[in-house]
Amino acid sequence: MGSRCSAARVLGNPSSISKTRDVRRNATDSDNTQHQILPSRPALRVTAGGRPVTRQNLLQPPQLLVTCAMSLDNVGSIILVLSGKGGVGKSSITTQLALSLSLQGHSVGVLDVDLTGPSIPRFFGIENAKVRQAPEGWVPVPVHEAHALQHSATDGADGTLKDHRHIGALHCMSLGFLLGNRGDAVVWRGPKKTAMVRQFLSDVHWGQLDYLLIDTPPGTSDEHISLVETLLKNAMPGQVAGAVVVTTPQAISISDVKKELNFCKKTGVEVLGVVENMAGFVCPNCAECTNVFSKGGGEIMARDFGVPFLGSLPIDPMFVSLIEEGKRPVYPKGTIVAGKPVEATSNGIPAQHREVQNGSLAEKYTSCSLYPIFDGIVTQLVAKISNT
Amino acid sequence: MAPFMDPPPLTSVDTALTAHTTATPALVAPEPEHCPGPESNLAGKDDACAGCPNQAICASAPKGPDPDIPIITQRLAGIKHKILVLSGKGGVGKSTFSTLLAHAFASNSANTVGIMDTDICGPSIPKMMGVEAETIHVTSTGWEPVWVSDNLGVMSVQFMLPNRDDAVIWRGAKKNGLIKRFLMDVEWGSMDYLVVDTPPGTSDEHLSVNSYLKESGVDGAVLVTTPQEVALLDVRKEIDFCKKAGIRILGLVENMSGFVCPKCTHTSEIFRATTGGGRRLAQDMKIPFLGAVPLDSRIGMACDFGESFFDNFPDSPTCKALKEVVKNVGKEMGVKEEDVLGEDMFPHVKTLTASSVSSAKEESPVATPLAQARKVLGNDTLEAQRAVIEVRNDAVKYVDTATTYANYSKDQAVEALTENERLKMKVAKLEREGILEQREFMHTT
Repeated sequence: MGSRCSAARVLGNPSSISKTRDVRRNATDSDNTQHQILPSRPALRVTAGGRPVTRQNLLQPPQLLVTCAMSLDNVGSIILVLSGKGGVGKSSITTQLALSLSLQGHSVGVLDVDLTGPSIPRFFGIENAKVRQAPEGWVPVPVHEAHALQHSATDGADGTLKDHRHIGALHCMSLGFLLGNRGDAVVWRGPKKTAMVRQFLSDVHWGQLDYLLIDTPPGTSDEHISLVETLLKNAMPGQVAGAVVVTTPQAISISDVKKELNFCKKTGVEVLGVVENMAGFVCPNCAECTNVFSKGGGEIMARDFGVPFLGSLPIDPMFVSLIEEGKRPVYPKGTIVAGKPVEATSNGIPAQHREVQNGSLAEKYTSCSLYPIFDGIVTQLVAKISNT
Repeated sequence: MAPFMDPPPLTSVDTALTAHTTATPALVAPEPEHCPGPESNLAGKDDACAGCPNQAICASAPKGPDPDIPIITQRLAGIKHKILVLSGKGGVGKSTFSTLLAHAFASNSANTVGIMDTDICGPSIPKMMGVEAETIHVTSTGWEPVWVSDNLGVMSVQFMLPNRDDAVIWRGAKKNGLIKRFLMDVEWGSMDYLVVDTPPGTSDEHLSVNSYLKESGVDGAVLVTTPQEVALLDVRKEIDFCKKAGIRILGLVENMSGFVCPKCTHTSEIFRATTGGGRRLAQDMKIPFLGAVPLDSRIGMACDFGESFFDNFPDSPTCKALKEVVKNVGKEMGVKEEDVLGEDMFPHVKTLTASSVSSAKEESPVATPLAQARKVLGNDTLEAQRAVIEVRNDAVKYVDTATTYANYSKDQAVEALTENERLKMKVAKLEREGILEQREFMHTT
C-alpha cells in the first residue's frame, strides 16, 4: 500500500515555502502572540522516542517537505457525527459512541473539528493534556490504552455477565489541547478553519485504528465543507463509512437537521442513521417521564428521508454528573430504562466497588443507564459498516 | 515531515476585527490557507499571498474603508436600540430567547421591534415566529421585513430558500455578503428595538456583524448560557471575544436552569451547575447577571407552533422569570421600566400562524390546535400536557403540509389533504375520549 503523497507538496509549492518563511519569521519575532485573540503557540513536548524539536528542524528546505496527504491509511472506518442544530448533544453522543465502541473491543480515535467550541477534551476529562509530537506527526492524546476490564458490568444488550472484557484503545485530538488558555476565544475566518481541518486530517498520526469518529460543529459551513471535501478526495473508497445525524425531537431542531440531511445527500455522504437525543426526562423523585423537548420528531424525520432510525435517548443527569464530576452513575431502586430495571447495585458491580470513584471513564460508563442503548446502537452500526 | 506546531502569526486583533470594514475585491480563486483576508492592509503583500492567483487583484484593490458602511449606518439610523444575542455554545436558547425578548418588547404597542436572524445555516426565527412560509417583499426602497404583527418584523435567510429544507452550504465569505445585504438592503424604518440573533461560535458572522454595526453603535450583547460547565466553557470564549471586540456586555442569562416536574412539582436540575453556573461565571467575569430562567417544556411547544409563549402560558414560573430578565435588560440599556413591557403583558396579539397563511380564511376566530387544547384544559395537569403533545405531534405535520401544499403537485396536494383527514380523525378520537372538548375543529384550509 503506497503512501499517499501530494504531488504539490513534493514540488514545494509556494504555500509551503511561505510556511517555512513564516516559521522563520516567527522564530525571530519578538512581538509575540500574547496579545492576540489567536490560540497561543501550542505547547508541544518531545516524546521519549521523538526527535528533539528545534528551530533548525523546522527550517527544512522545501524539497524535504515531502508529506503524505493523509495519515488515515491505517484507519478502518471513518464516521462523522453531524447535526444542523447546535446543542443537540453531538459531543455527548460522539463520546458515548467512542466509549461503547471501545468497550466492545475496537480501537477508536475521536477527532474534534469544532474549532470555536472544542468540548471533547472536557468530555473525556483530559482538558489539561498536551499534544505531543513524533516524527510521524502529532500524537493524539490517549484517553485510555487497550486493556482488560476486570469487573465488567452486565452487558445490557444480551444480559450476560462478562468477566474479562477487552477494551480497545481510545485516543482523541482537538483544538482544545492546543489553546493556551481555556478561556481564549478562537476567532478565525473561514480559510484558516479550512486549513486547520486539513491539518488535523493530514498531520495527526492516528496509527492503527478500527474506527475514527469525527465530531463536528453545528451548521453546514466551512468546517463541514472542507472536511467532506478532504475526506472524499483523499480517503480510500469505502473508508468513509458515513454519518450519524443527531437531533432532538422538537420541530425547531428537526427543521435544521433536515438541512443537514440534504447536505449529506448533496455531498454523497451516506447517512448511517438518525439518533434522537433528549427525548424525555425522568424525574428522579417520582420517576415520571416528561417530554421536555416534545417527542417523536426524529423518527418521523428518519422515515421521511428514508434513513435508518438508530434510537431514542432520554436525558440522563447521571451521565452529566459522570462527565462533570467523575461520579459513577447510581440510580434509585426501581428505575426502569429501556424496559429493563436498573439494579440498585449499579448494574451488577459488587457493592464494594460501587463507592470507588477511581475507575476509568469507560468502566464507570458501564453503570450508566444510557450504556445499554448505546451498546445496541453501536452493534447496529458495526454490523451495517461491515456489511457494506 | 514534522507538522508546523505554531499557527502562523496572523494579522493582529484589530485587523481581524476590522477586515470587513474595507472594500472587498472580487476574487477569482479560493483564498489560500493563511490568507490574511482580501480586505486587510496586507492583502497581496503577505508571505502567504505568494503564488495565489488572486495576488494581483488583492494587491491592486483599493484599500480604503468600505463604502458600504455609511450606507448601513444610514439605514440603521432610525433604530433606537440594537441588541445582540450571543453565546459561544449551540442549543442554549439564543433564538428562543431572541423571540421571547422581541415578543416582550412588542407587547408594549408603542414599541416597534425587529429581529434579524444572522444564523445562515440554521435559521430558526421564522419557524418560532410562525411565519416560515413567507417570502420577502421587495419594494423600491428596499426589502421589506416580514411582519409577524403590527409592530414586530423579522428578517431571515429562511424566507429566501426555494424549499424549506434546503441546506445553505456556504463558506464564510458568502455568509458575510448576505449579512451585509440584510443590513444594507432591508428597509427597517424607524424602530425602537432591533434584536440580532447570531449562530453559535465566534466566527465570520460575528466578526462581520460587529464590524458593520460598529459605526452605528450597538447597545450591547446579551449572552445566553445553560448552567453546565460544558456550556460555560464556550461562553467564556464568547465573553473574551466581546471584550476584545469592544462589544458592551449587557449581561448573562442562564437558561434551562432547573426543571419543575409537572407531576410532583419536584425541582430537579437537568443541567447541573457543577462550577457555580452562570451566576458564578458572571461574578468572575464581572458582568451583570440578568437572571435564571427555568426549563419549561411548553416553551419548546410554543416555539414549534410559532406562537408567543407569553400569550399562551402566562402563569408559568418561567414567564415570571423571563419578565424579570427582560426588565433587567431594559435597565442595563438605560430604558425606562414602564417603556419596556406593555401594561397588559399579554395582549391579544394576532399571530399569523403558518396554517393561516395559505388561505384567506385566517380571519376565523378559531384557535390553533395548541391554543384550543390549552384553552379547554387550561391547566398544568399531566393529562393536559399529554393531550397537547398528541395533538401537537399530528398538528405539526398538518401545519407543515397545509402551508406548503399550494406549491405541491396535484398528487402531493391530495396526499397532504389526506393528512388533514387523518388529523380530523385523531382529534375526533380525542373528543370522544373526553380529552378535548366537543367542538368543531375547523381547519383553516
